[in-house]
Amino acid sequence: MRHSHPTSDDLQALIDAQMSLEGPLLPILHAIQEAHGHVPEAALPLIAETLNLTPAEVHGVMSFYHDFRKAPAGRHVVKLCRAEACQSMGANALSEAVLDKLGIGWGGTTPDGRVTVEAVYCLGLCACAPAAMIGDRLIGRADAARIDAELEGAA
Amino acid sequence: MLKDEDRIFTNLYGMHDRTLQGAKKRGHWDGTAGILGKGRDWIIDEMKASGLRGRGGAGFPTGLKWSFMPKESDGRPAYLVINADESEPATCKDREIMRHDPHTLIEGALIASFAMGAHSSYIYIRGEYIREREALQAAIDEAYDAGMIGKNACGSGWDFDLYLHHGAGAYICGEETSLLESLEGKKGMPRMKPPFPAGAGLYGCPTTVNNVESIAVVPTILRRGASWFSGFGRKNNSGTKLMGLTGHVNTPSVFEEEMSLSVREIIEKHGGGIRGGWDNLKAIIPGGASCPILPKDKLEDAIFDFDWMRENKSSFGTGCMIVMDQSTDVVKAVWRLSKFFKHESCGQCTPCREGTGWMMRVMDRLVRGEAEVEEIDMLLDVTKQVEGHTICALGDAAAWPIQGLIRHFREEIEDRIKAKKTGRMGAMAAE
Repeated sequence: MRHSHPTSDDLQALIDAQMSLEGPLLPILHAIQEAHGHVPEAALPLIAETLNLTPAEVHGVMSFYHDFRKAPAGRHVVKLCRAEACQSMGANALSEAVLDKLGIGWGGTTPDGRVTVEAVYCLGLCACAPAAMIGDRLIGRADAARIDAELEGAA
Repeated sequence: MLKDEDRIFTNLYGMHDRTLQGAKKRGHWDGTAGILGKGRDWIIDEMKASGLRGRGGAGFPTGLKWSFMPKESDGRPAYLVINADESEPATCKDREIMRHDPHTLIEGALIASFAMGAHSSYIYIRGEYIREREALQAAIDEAYDAGMIGKNACGSGWDFDLYLHHGAGAYICGEETSLLESLEGKKGMPRMKPPFPAGAGLYGCPTTVNNVESIAVVPTILRRGASWFSGFGRKNNSGTKLMGLTGHVNTPSVFEEEMSLSVREIIEKHGGGIRGGWDNLKAIIPGGASCPILPKDKLEDAIFDFDWMRENKSSFGTGCMIVMDQSTDVVKAVWRLSKFFKHESCGQCTPCREGTGWMMRVMDRLVRGEAEVEEIDMLLDVTKQVEGHTICALGDAAAWPIQGLIRHFREEIEDRIKAKKTGRMGAMAAE
């Protein structure tokens, strides 16, 4: 994932690439986010125009799904599971330790733009609770030291 | 305990070869064209006879659901949509199928689609399942290359296309009609029923939405016969099922087991017992976040299946159990669930959009004990007003855990409120 400021041509190309699909709006948003780390404001009118939808409709869909972001996240996104099974296995202590160490709150990004921490409700890794996800890598039986170590190695 | 030869998912733990070749060695994709050759009616009748109930939580008979699809097309195509948006907290069974035994699902999708007259099928996988998506897509590509699906699938003369679509982090999209909305590229807001998807579903065409596991077990049931499958479990709860154990057990796991064993047997055999022994058990949530909590005194001779759980005012759900020992603050646990449902409410129906927030805020105060005793009944009243007054079941799902908590742990809540008021530790907390 790279964080860049795409031109409208870049965005239009990503949109056009998905147009052969049925129900292409979500695939378009996924493609833009994958390429640029977020879905820039400028993309919405282009999508609306291409799909013949109102800008409000496109905004509504984008903001409905938690995965799509308006602004770039930190270079590393840490998702910590806060659901039941993980909670019973110490997820609260884990998230406290991770957030304290980074000095940020839920959804926050460190000032150097390195790490963003988000809450997630179930990664489907309950049997290996507590679970975390760094970037697109899942981590089972996570503890603060392990997450530190994973982030340590990452720029 | 289920014998090895009766397992449907023989590569649940990924110890064996997950490729097409490996799947064939374990008996999948065996005589698929022959099964299709027996015709739609035979398949549907056999599925009805097997007694398979939907594995996604609601437990609706799968064969019956299929029979609602139109026999003759009126010109519109039919679709099978497979719900792989497994996001219920504590439920992690479908992912094991998709990442380790994906060919069971693909073969099932072909047979089920044929039985419903559908030439295309969509699998809607949740956005967080990244490795699962890769594994499943690789398996789909492999099946296409080998001619198992695609034009003239398996040489049966039936054309079949399978698409993998991924979600974007919305729990509500696991609800069947909002899943269809999401597939169409809209906000995942549930639709009113009727019309039911079998009449007007995806793009207004006849559609059936099934859980991953419901579809993945189909080929084995048809190969081994309905009576084999219905031989497990109590009447009306037949079959084998993927189950999960998480929380305060010694060995959390996902495993395949026959239905209708006792809860205690399952916890002790597969979970290695409760942390600190059976007597340290406090409560379980039987099948995912929306199922009402059950305390230990109910569990001594509890049977783990749809009907027993329903009779005891809980729900079997997905069969993935959260186990909580005596160290658990159950009030806080249910508050967390309330927060989850508030977060995931799609905002379409007022009782759910507003109610989930109210419930969470009252729960928040109950956790701290900063409430009046009368508020417990007020909260119960709010849950009753949310339940049944929304388009989809998310409102119900938010209400049930709280109702379960008040039903079984009212004393603990009252105790906490009194303790806060008097500044003394309550009788229960002092134990």
